[in-house]
Amino acid sequence: MGFLDTFFNMQVIANYLPDLIDAVWVTLGLAVATIISGVLGGALMSCLRVAGVRWVNFFIIVFADVMRALPPLVLILILFFGMPSLGINLSGWMVIYIVLTAVLIAFSEEVFWGGLTAVTAGQWEAGRATGLSKAQTLFYIAFPQAARMVIPPLINRVLATTKLTALGSVIGVKEILSVSSSAQSFSGSATPLTMAAIAYLVIFIPAVIVSHRIERHYHYAT
Amino acid sequence: MTQGRTMLEITALEKRFDQTAVLRAIDLKVREAELVFVIGPSGSGKSTMLRCCNRLEEPTSGAIMIDGQRITDIPRRDLDRMRLKVGMVFQGFHLYPHMSVLKNVVLAQTKALKRPKAEAEARALEMLDQVGLKHKAEAMPNELSGGQQQRVAIARALALDPKVMLFDEPTSALDPELVGSVLKVMKDLRAKGMTMLVVSHEMAFAREAADRVVFMDGGYIVEQGTPEEVFGNPKSDRLKSFLARVSNPNEDAA
Repeated sequence: MGFLDTFFNMQVIANYLPDLIDAVWVTLGLAVATIISGVLGGALMSCLRVAGVRWVNFFIIVFADVMRALPPLVLILILFFGMPSLGINLSGWMVIYIVLTAVLIAFSEEVFWGGLTAVTAGQWEAGRATGLSKAQTLFYIAFPQAARMVIPPLINRVLATTKLTALGSVIGVKEILSVSSSAQSFSGSATPLTMAAIAYLVIFIPAVIVSHRIERHYHYAT
Repeated sequence: MTQGRTMLEITALEKRFDQTAVLRAIDLKVREAELVFVIGPSGSGKSTMLRCCNRLEEPTSGAIMIDGQRITDIPRRDLDRMRLKVGMVFQGFHLYPHMSVLKNVVLAQTKALKRPKAEAEARALEMLDQVGLKHKAEAMPNELSGGQQQRVAIARALALDPKVMLFDEPTSALDPELVGSVLKVMKDLRAKGMTMLVVSHEMAFAREAADRVVFMDGGYIVEQGTPEEVFGNPKSDRLKSFLARVSNPNEDAA
């Protein structure tokens, strides 16, 4: 068998393309849902941390540390295979969504928090001295500056986390990797895996390009 | 200078950080439309005293009255409203770098003072005009020189119609050739009758524009009087040696 026949077999491509396109939508849906709830959750949590309530911050720090320390696959297996024993049946999609969201919240909370601590005390004082409340100063002055500062590391983390949707293949979520690897077993051809790689590129290359645009748009010299 | 009513009165103000006393028994009165200059060596407590006047720093004991209100008794949650009456200008300007000049001046007007947006913008342009920067309304702070940034910061404070303006070393971070433009704005303000308490090392400006000069050292007000009295006829040794050091910065007076 030649190279083309192994990786770009036209017959195999024709057979499995419809399934793979469905899988692309599943991956995209998971990724978008995870990004929205993960980044929003992380932003909210970092703002909550600014309030400086001791037990709340303790919870946030423990949550962020645990979620960043554990391999996501461990959490996925615990939720998927452990929860049914408690009478809680989560779909594979739901398990991936919950775990990746929690992981992204944890990382993005730390990223936003890093940005917030980099906003100078003078900015806070300027806001407070003009009669703005602590919450207003956070919302209008500190957070917008922090968010701009952390766009590059945040985008890195978002991309890294959304690529973990491939872990859905372990628990039967019909996303790109699981659909293509079962197609590979049935067809005996490596072509579906090539298709998977191309599908990931089709999704993530534009994402990388858009992220560069966002970085440039919000960059301002200091 | 007519004897106006007292606008700001500090009585027996003390501030300690842990065991270190930064301010001890400060008494100071500033009358309406008066420009009072505070001078003194670094670490003498000048800035801390100023920051107590809008409670960016919490006094350890003592009282501060501003415009008839005892601001040292205000509970923390009501501080924001009090601060609208006290404008503050910082050494480091602290303009919001992510907002245009106009938005810098509008923000607290709409969010803290609850002015309608159109009115706030009109007021902001008026204040920017007063500091000579109306044409920079759409610029971003990083496109301005330090002197321009500081004038925007002054406009930002003025737009809230404060009763008192506090200046914390407003020209110390500026290149020498930019100092004049900021001092001119301050002089205009004085002519308009603003009450001002200024911590600064601009001795020539103090001589020219201050109604009174206060000399602080070691957390005390050591001496105060008209510029002529303080600069022309210093009584205490500490003030004499401070003035000598300031006028001959290369000479080691210690």
